[in-house]
Amino acid sequence: MALLQISEPGMSPAPHQHKLAVGIDLGTTNSLVATVKSGMSTVLHDEQGHALLPSVVRYLEDQVIVGHEAQAAQSADPINTIVSVKRFMGRALHDITDRAHIPYQFVENAASAGMLELSTRAGLKSPVEISADILKTLKLRAEKALGGELTGAVITVPAYFDDAQRQATKDAARLAGIHVLRLLNEPTAAAVAYGLDNAAEGVYVIYDLGGGTFDISILKLSQGVFEVLATNGDSALGGDDFDHRIYCWLIDQVRSKNADFQPLNEQDTRLLLTKARQAKEWLTDNHEANIVCKLSTGALVDETLSVAEFVRFTEHLVNKTLSPTRKAMRDAGLTIDDIKGVVLVGGATRMPHIRHAVQAHFQQEPLTNLDPDKVVALGAAIQANVLAGNRSGDDILLLDVTPLSLGLETMGGLVEKVIPRNSTLPIARAQDFTTYKDGQTAMAIHVVQGERELVSDCRSLARFELRGIPPMVAGAARIRVTFQVDADGLLSVSAREQASGVEAAITVKPSYGLHEDQITQMLKDSYGAAESDKQARMLREAVVDAQRLIEAIHVALAQAGDQLLSADERSLITQHIDTLTQLCAGTDHHAIHQASDALNHATEPFAARRMDASVQQALAGKNLDSLEL
Amino acid sequence: MLNHFQLLQLPTQFEIALPTLEAHFRRLQAEVHPDKYVNATPAEKLQSMQMATLVNEAFQTLKSPSQRAAYLLSLQGIDVNDPQQAALPADFLISQMDWRETMEDAKHGNDIAALETLLREVRDAGKAIEAQLTTVLASAPKEAVVSVKKLIFIEKVSADVNQLIASLED
Repeated sequence: MALLQISEPGMSPAPHQHKLAVGIDLGTTNSLVATVKSGMSTVLHDEQGHALLPSVVRYLEDQVIVGHEAQAAQSADPINTIVSVKRFMGRALHDITDRAHIPYQFVENAASAGMLELSTRAGLKSPVEISADILKTLKLRAEKALGGELTGAVITVPAYFDDAQRQATKDAARLAGIHVLRLLNEPTAAAVAYGLDNAAEGVYVIYDLGGGTFDISILKLSQGVFEVLATNGDSALGGDDFDHRIYCWLIDQVRSKNADFQPLNEQDTRLLLTKARQAKEWLTDNHEANIVCKLSTGALVDETLSVAEFVRFTEHLVNKTLSPTRKAMRDAGLTIDDIKGVVLVGGATRMPHIRHAVQAHFQQEPLTNLDPDKVVALGAAIQANVLAGNRSGDDILLLDVTPLSLGLETMGGLVEKVIPRNSTLPIARAQDFTTYKDGQTAMAIHVVQGERELVSDCRSLARFELRGIPPMVAGAARIRVTFQVDADGLLSVSAREQASGVEAAITVKPSYGLHEDQITQMLKDSYGAAESDKQARMLREAVVDAQRLIEAIHVALAQAGDQLLSADERSLITQHIDTLTQLCAGTDHHAIHQASDALNHATEPFAARRMDASVQQALAGKNLDSLEL
Repeated sequence: MLNHFQLLQLPTQFEIALPTLEAHFRRLQAEVHPDKYVNATPAEKLQSMQMATLVNEAFQTLKSPSQRAAYLLSLQGIDVNDPQQAALPADFLISQMDWRETMEDAKHGNDIAALETLLREVRDAGKAIEAQLTTVLASAPKEAVVSVKKLIFIEKVSADVNQLIASLED
């Protein structure tokens, strides 16, 4: 039975203020924003009534166009109109195997630590900046629809995204001025939307084939707890690949009929890719698709593609989704008899042969009663609403996992696994290292992600350099390095020499990411040209952060200040709050940051006691429960 | 500081009820998980991440019979990974070599069915050892160390067989 909640005197919750929080599905092909209104998760539309925002960004000289208008220009202006930018997030040029067929001017940029950039008429653009432009559009749409500034957003990412791709997504949100409440895995978001809608209990499979990524997640749903048992996927497999197969087939057809067939220019490449996508969509409900268009050379393309032919030359892509599916099932230790339902997510799962393959594999008809384009955003909105604190009493809890194993490079280019894949987040593992030279004060650690034994077969994540190890004879130092993966699936590393207790300084060199100072620079650039604009923006951000901190402390004090703090401790915290409040009225953003840090530091013992109290409360709750049994 | 059993409100012993472990794990995470601290101070977020990490670790340790037994031994000051501890007996090493041989044969013969059979055989061997652990842990810690080592070996073999099946399926 449900226990009644009784507030202690003076502890009754503050007057409820609804926070504006949204869920954002930043998709390869389309992006969406959703929110919870009067208890219902709803997708927000633009002024023309569109729910889907095509993830297409067109750069003009001094203007950025996002969405349908940009999409309409993609054949006319392919170099400056970027589609499917998600495929380039956290990726280097050599990762993009089909770049010969993509009409962009790629630039390998050493300055952005391996992540590729695109050359447009508005200058070099990192995938992070391009994604930020999509996010800004969605933010604007949400703020118009909701009539206020957003408190924060949950942004979804493919479950199989690695650390670099997740970090790139978070950086894009920061550039767009969005406070990220959480990065949420797309299949988990879909499970939340599906599970709550259908009061589902049991083990469910989420099969998510989007525009550019494939995820398979297996979740156990039980009384509002969504526990991911295993996840797998392919972060470079999606509907785009089906388009691309049609495109290649088209070129073969045209070439076989024209002896003097010329290589396509960028406009024609984009045109045929667009025609290929339309043909794929048409074949969902029809037996054959006519593809007719005129190339810039004057050559006419007029081909008919049958479903049978389409199925034949894309069958290997369908099969490519089944291998991760089997792996996830094996990791979860389950057989298909254990599966209560299979939920299809992502526009690409509309293709009938995908549905047939999933049905044959799981020996049951997949569940399609939710819009596969919207379910991820709807789930993200529900979680955003919970995280912002708008929902209480009947809370949900998501327990997600890390999709890829985390390892360290050891002698001979071998990988030593530190954190295995499918570990429930957050997770930390410590590893001890020693020095091999007398007086050695620094060492380098190379972290990789992946399942293979050789470093060269895994994905390089970052190189960490530890400095400030106290000089000792070789082998005497014992440096404990802790690898922590947080609830967003992001890695952080800390190190301490055990004998001396010296904290080693760490510099991170992300292999495929942006450095902190690059992000800061991009942020500054986005603030506007004038120095006064930049100062004003930085001040405003410092004040917002400070106010968020003060509010959080007020809530904590109201809940437990009397029980857990002495009068002296409490007045110390209050003094820090007063100092910070006064600084917020001024103009010195550095001073505000410093005072915020000092205030946070002053609350550390309080935070530790609050956590102990939470644990005690959970344990006490358990005792009540076991008495009932 | 609470040990893993205390944290999850279970008696500090090998025999535990898995549904109770799961229920307590969920109840605890519902209080301490970082999702509950999204609007909290950085100090509280850090506390939450560390506590949720500890709860996850405790849960994973107690869920696995071999890790649970190894943890119980570590509470008694016995480290199963210490090379000074008793070695594995010859008969176990021989069956272990047999398993590896079956894997090699199946690999060359592309025989997934044989690997599935091997997987069941290995799991049964593990189950048999687990069944004796309660008694052994109580009466003969030295012997328990050997049992735990066997289980760890068996888990390694299972993982390798699974990996092999996955690579053959690709």
